[in-house]
Amino acid sequence: MKKIVTGNKAVAEAVREAKPDVVAAYPITPQTEIVETLADYVSGGQLASQYIPVESEHSAMAACIGASLSGGRTFTATSSQGLLYMHEMTNWAAGARLPIVMANVNRSLAPGWNLWAEHTDAMQERDTGWLQVYVSTVQEAYDTILMAFRIAEHHDVLLPVMVNLDGFTLSHIMQPLDTVEPGDFIPLIHLPETVDPKNPRGYGTIAGPADYFRFRWDIERSMRESVNVIEETQAEFSQRFGRSYGLTEEYRCSDADVVVVALGTLGKEAEVAVDILRTEGIKAGSLRLRWFRPFPELGLAGKEVVVIDRDYSFGFGGILAHSIRSKNLVNVYSVIAGLGGQEVTYDDIAGFIRNRRIGEECWFGVNDHV
Amino acid sequence: METITEIPDEEYILKCTSACAGCGDLLTLRYVLKAAGPDIVLVMPAGCTAAFQGIYPKTAYAVPVVNIAFGAAAACASGISRMFLATGRKTKVIVYAGDGGTLDIGLQAMSGAFERRTDFLYICYDNEAYGNTGMQRSGATPLGARTTTTPAGKTEEKKDIDAIIAAHNPPYQATACASYPQDLFRKVQKALTFHGPTFIHVLSPCPPGWRYPSEKTVEVGRLAVKSGMWALWEREQGKLAISAPTRSAMKKPVPVEEYLSLQGRFKGIDENTTGHLKDQIRENFHRLAAGEERS
Repeated sequence: MKKIVTGNKAVAEAVREAKPDVVAAYPITPQTEIVETLADYVSGGQLASQYIPVESEHSAMAACIGASLSGGRTFTATSSQGLLYMHEMTNWAAGARLPIVMANVNRSLAPGWNLWAEHTDAMQERDTGWLQVYVSTVQEAYDTILMAFRIAEHHDVLLPVMVNLDGFTLSHIMQPLDTVEPGDFIPLIHLPETVDPKNPRGYGTIAGPADYFRFRWDIERSMRESVNVIEETQAEFSQRFGRSYGLTEEYRCSDADVVVVALGTLGKEAEVAVDILRTEGIKAGSLRLRWFRPFPELGLAGKEVVVIDRDYSFGFGGILAHSIRSKNLVNVYSVIAGLGGQEVTYDDIAGFIRNRRIGEECWFGVNDHV
Repeated sequence: METITEIPDEEYILKCTSACAGCGDLLTLRYVLKAAGPDIVLVMPAGCTAAFQGIYPKTAYAVPVVNIAFGAAAACASGISRMFLATGRKTKVIVYAGDGGTLDIGLQAMSGAFERRTDFLYICYDNEAYGNTGMQRSGATPLGARTTTTPAGKTEEKKDIDAIIAAHNPPYQATACASYPQDLFRKVQKALTFHGPTFIHVLSPCPPGWRYPSEKTVEVGRLAVKSGMWALWEREQGKLAISAPTRSAMKKPVPVEEYLSLQGRFKGIDENTTGHLKDQIRENFHRLAAGEERS
């Protein structure tokens, strides 16, 4: 069925289709519409979930952990300060191998108070053991939430998944959405280890160095295995519902001399910039990373690379730029743009590509030498 | 229950835990588990009882234990409780948390879970300091007690967590001490008959932390009650009832000096502070009597 909805609403609609047993909810701009919509579904009888209106994000993740350990499918949503507040528990969720699905509406970090899009919130979670995916349209947000439950709960993965969507530029804009009836696309949840008084065990007890080390390796092994599960899930999604997704989304890349890489809505905007540059005779392409963890293989050999980071690691550089540099052994032009919701248009992105200086870093509008 | 022989023989704490000799927390947990029986899930934040459950892949407890971060026990328990509600499971959810995990870092999560009417029993075993990290002060440390972070004795009063819990109007709340095992056993069983959030606050003497010989744990607990430093009572649907040992203590309390002098943590306590503790005891007895009268 086609309708016009916001990114937040699309997330809530997908969660309703996934039928989580437990939803833990705490409001934060610009995510609030997700938990409000889910509350409406629950009180209106459209969703038979236990809805726990917790008193903090730390407790939201802790409640999801408890419900997941008890065998339930769980969902929560957050943003920015809320994500940081639950950081202790996001580590716990991954370490306990719990397939919790969370929507994170990307927003900058205070101070100063700034409600707008930035990826530094999610980037501060990148080493926790969560799978991370960044979406660029309302439809993609919906489709990816559906896939996230299946991927997280797959026994080769059993890790939590964070679906990232840009604050306001995606959470609050309206686009057409084609909903689906997922049917058995998301199988009934069956977790291998759940709390059971008939088989009493300790969950998360003290682990000595040898066992702890092995548990860490198990997380990494599953993270590597998750690439296959993601690809298999995306292929089946395409087969069933007709929309195709990859680990990355490539646009006019195959014959490109210069490729711009970005996450989320900026990655979508870059496609327009590519079209503009092509009319000028510049053979540009766009590569939008959907999955950031696990970090995919990128075919960038022999191409010039421009990376747009809507995040920053102070004293180091753009996190995406450095990830691409180190994983692909390519030098890049690193553009820092869009922090705190700074407006970045496709014309601006075309400018980044035209004026690229490989090996350098530019802060858009501040020290971009333009 | 008239005699201790009526407490079941089943043990849910297996032999050879790494608890200190004479540990009050372990003694408390032993009676809690005997009272609750096997169809439970224990939720434990960081703390002594989480530490001495043993090292993976072994566990010293014959019930499922969900370990969770220090400030998250009540929130984690509410996730378990609601999942059990969704699936119609009757298994009881019990938080077993220390005073640090309850009065300090866990207070927000606990208040939220009580306000949401989470169906669980929350037990706070109170050894009046951060025992597992070597005895630093907590909000539960009494006035005058020396800890590693109050080397000259604590200058503030113990936080009244029971009043905070009472403000959430739970259907049942009580205090206890493992020196009175029948009383503790009965209160745990009673708490588990209620639907909604219930709370039991248990004084757990700690030989190395309170600095007394390990064979004196039961005696120290009794002196706490007899002197009035610890009062035993229960409040059911708003009705306060003072428990028998405290009723006796209210008639004829043992001088608090007998309790204090047994413990190294009160060594060198000045008369002024002792006098203040005596005032507190009097006030508390008065408050209890008035509270019982009112209800």
